[in-house]
Amino acid sequence: MLAVGVALIPLAYLATRAGEAGWDRMADELFTARTGELVVRSVALATVVTAACTALGVTLAFLVTRSDLPGRRLLGVLAALPLAVPSYVAAFAWVSTLQGDAGVGSFAGFWAAALVLTLVSYPYVYLPVAAALVGSDPAQEEVARSLGRGPWRTAVGVTLRQVRPAVAAGALLVALYVLSDFGAVSILRVDVFTRAIFTAISLGFDRTGALVLSTVLVALTALVLLAEQFSRRRAARYARLGGGAARPPGRVRLGRLRWPAVLGVAGVLGAALGVPAVSLLRWFGEGVSRPGSLGELADAAANSLGVALLGTGLTMMLALPVGLLSARAPGLLAMALDRLAYLSHALPGLVIGLSLVFFGINVAYPLYQSVWLLALAYAALFLPLAVAAVSAAVAQAPPGLEEVARSLGRRRAHVLRTVTVPLAAPGIGAGAALVFLTCMKELPATLLLRPTGMDTLATGLWTRTSVAAYAAAAPYAALLVLIAAVPTWWLSARTGVLTRTGG
Amino acid sequence: MAELRIADVHKAYGRVRALSGVHLTVRSGALVAVLGPSGSGKTTLLRCIAGFEPPDVGEIRLEGRRIAAPGASVPPERRRIAVVPQEGALFPHLSVLDNIAYGLDRAARRAGRATAVLELVGLAGLQDRMPHHLSGGQQQRVAVARALAPRPPVVLLDEPFNALDAALRAELRRDVWQALRADGATAVLVTHDQAEALSMAEEVAVMRDGRIVQSGPPELLYGSPADPWVAGFVGEAVWLPAVLDRDRADTPLGTIRLTALEGSAPTGTVRVLLRPEQITLVPPGAPNAVAATVVRRDFYGHDAMLALRLDDGTRVAARIFDPASAPPAVGDEVCLHVRGTARAFPPGERASGRRPRGRRPSGPA
Repeated sequence: MLAVGVALIPLAYLATRAGEAGWDRMADELFTARTGELVVRSVALATVVTAACTALGVTLAFLVTRSDLPGRRLLGVLAALPLAVPSYVAAFAWVSTLQGDAGVGSFAGFWAAALVLTLVSYPYVYLPVAAALVGSDPAQEEVARSLGRGPWRTAVGVTLRQVRPAVAAGALLVALYVLSDFGAVSILRVDVFTRAIFTAISLGFDRTGALVLSTVLVALTALVLLAEQFSRRRAARYARLGGGAARPPGRVRLGRLRWPAVLGVAGVLGAALGVPAVSLLRWFGEGVSRPGSLGELADAAANSLGVALLGTGLTMMLALPVGLLSARAPGLLAMALDRLAYLSHALPGLVIGLSLVFFGINVAYPLYQSVWLLALAYAALFLPLAVAAVSAAVAQAPPGLEEVARSLGRRRAHVLRTVTVPLAAPGIGAGAALVFLTCMKELPATLLLRPTGMDTLATGLWTRTSVAAYAAAAPYAALLVLIAAVPTWWLSARTGVLTRTGG
Repeated sequence: MAELRIADVHKAYGRVRALSGVHLTVRSGALVAVLGPSGSGKTTLLRCIAGFEPPDVGEIRLEGRRIAAPGASVPPERRRIAVVPQEGALFPHLSVLDNIAYGLDRAARRAGRATAVLELVGLAGLQDRMPHHLSGGQQQRVAVARALAPRPPVVLLDEPFNALDAALRAELRRDVWQALRADGATAVLVTHDQAEALSMAEEVAVMRDGRIVQSGPPELLYGSPADPWVAGFVGEAVWLPAVLDRDRADTPLGTIRLTALEGSAPTGTVRVLLRPEQITLVPPGAPNAVAATVVRRDFYGHDAMLALRLDDGTRVAARIFDPASAPPAVGDEVCLHVRGTARAFPPGERASGRRPRGRRPSGPA
């Protein structure tokens, strides 16, 4: 319940403010051509990016885990790394790279944003799908083959259907992420909800306008969640049937497609990783040569790590019970908890930040201006990530094992510790790493809630880019990407791409 | 050692009634088989005993102590009832030894209980293997060892030999039986395999539609089934129309003595039950012999089953032993003779529920 409480703070704030503003004011703001335009553009962007991420993520996951793609171990790990690149860093890298050739402003707008967002958020689909593909039961595929289906038809008709829950969960995250992303769309000047809300607050101090727009954004998110819920109802909860002993699944032979496939994967990785890397390296040399910058950089890095760890710890603590509940007792309550946590995820970090400032001043003053409030913001923001990871992981640990353990005289808590958690540990660890990463990258809430004078890598980067000090910003960006790459690497390795697919 | 007493247990899942009034008493140290077709509620009964499901109505007592009643259930971990699930369900992240030691306290671990049980199930030397490196039979042995290790007073086995091939199954049955006896545990074995139930258990409880329709020693169940359905489920049945004459029945196979019964026996026109092994081949011209034609012959090695047609069209089956010596062929004329007594049933009931031949898939029963 505590977890839901945390997730509900921002919604409560929205409701309170909306109540203060009154319906007439709301209606005036709501029914305008501009709002309609924003809805269309936001939805279009979310749709395009989600579709692209699903296609890209599933294809990559399949190639890496289930085909004889040359160099698949390395490619498999590299493919997860774009997760370490914050969307604003990627957008900035693309803009600064392309500006040199084609002049200012050529790389902007809807399709540019769609490209950049796809390249940074496809790992949300890729990682869970790769994990599910490695863990799925090969017997069903073998049956399909024995019934006369070829390897490709089996892959499409059986294998991909088996991992549908993972695909759906990943696509949901992408859709929510795109709806709430702020960095890339503002750098690439696409007028969607988040950018409009930010403009309303930072330029016009128009809280009611921001509020109305946030409300519509929340409604959009609710629609996405509802749609996902319907698709989930038809899909079965998945678990390996039968004994716990796993056999590694078979691989599809690519034949003549081998090298084109490698080229394709390398092309995606080049766009997602190469462009930011080259651009950052170019600015990096200029950045670190300035005097005094190294100390600041080290401080910011330490702050980033500390705050992200704190946020991750708090988030995971809150997510474990919710995830367990939604996997073990899929009742109405668990579903509502699960959905509510998602709903708050789509609120822009900005709104979360503002609502927690409000909360800190009015309700929990001792927390105000402390890292704890920031950690709370992270928890409110990233609870769904963690809940999704925990419940998927726990769903992989069959309840029959817990029953056996209890019949051997072990208490629930002991069973949880010795059976459920070890079995779900890879998934839970992956969730924690994902939360940690996202905390490191989070920008708007950090900007609003950090204690005065404290700089993290993300805020340091932001402060410097906003005054166009690209050279000074680059070391922050580079370090941020490097530090974020560590959990990403581990995450990618834990899905089994590294360890279990060798051979 | 503990006596298990199940009284009037009901359990429904939504509209599906899995158990509707189960009564069963398992004597201390006995091995009781709950035998029933898929969907008869036997696995639900086992889950109620283990404490994984609370009964809706009724109570379960272990050594006089009430462990399950609506609203007052002892949690599974405090019942001291171990379970061997269908597919073993070994903990995939633990080695064989750690799996077995899972339910042991520190003192028992130090005393080497885990290795002792491992030896008991015939897997000495495999303690460091991981479950996925074991064959199906070995996994099942580890599951049995894991259940026996803490010396539970009661062990529940849920179709534990289901997934194994016939030779392995017989061997494992024997070993498990010995291991259970060595510990003196009370055991409940749930199965749909009548051969398994009859051969392993001291008492068999036949379950159908959420009720126990008959329970007793295997010999009684086979020889004196309570109704035609049980008769057909626990073995091959030969049904003959008959007219009663006090303690004898006139049948197409001649006059047969009836099994002595307590209570009221049916009178007039009835059906009588014979087992195929009661019908033997005799040389032509023997007294009381009845002629028949061989319609089909199923050869099993140790015996063979003959499907026969009498001259009046009645179909019967005979099991012949030592079939290799003088095998009658299809179409041959043979002479039949009935040994032993027959059990009479009222004529109306249909003998449904044929015994399953060989293995058949079993869902949650």
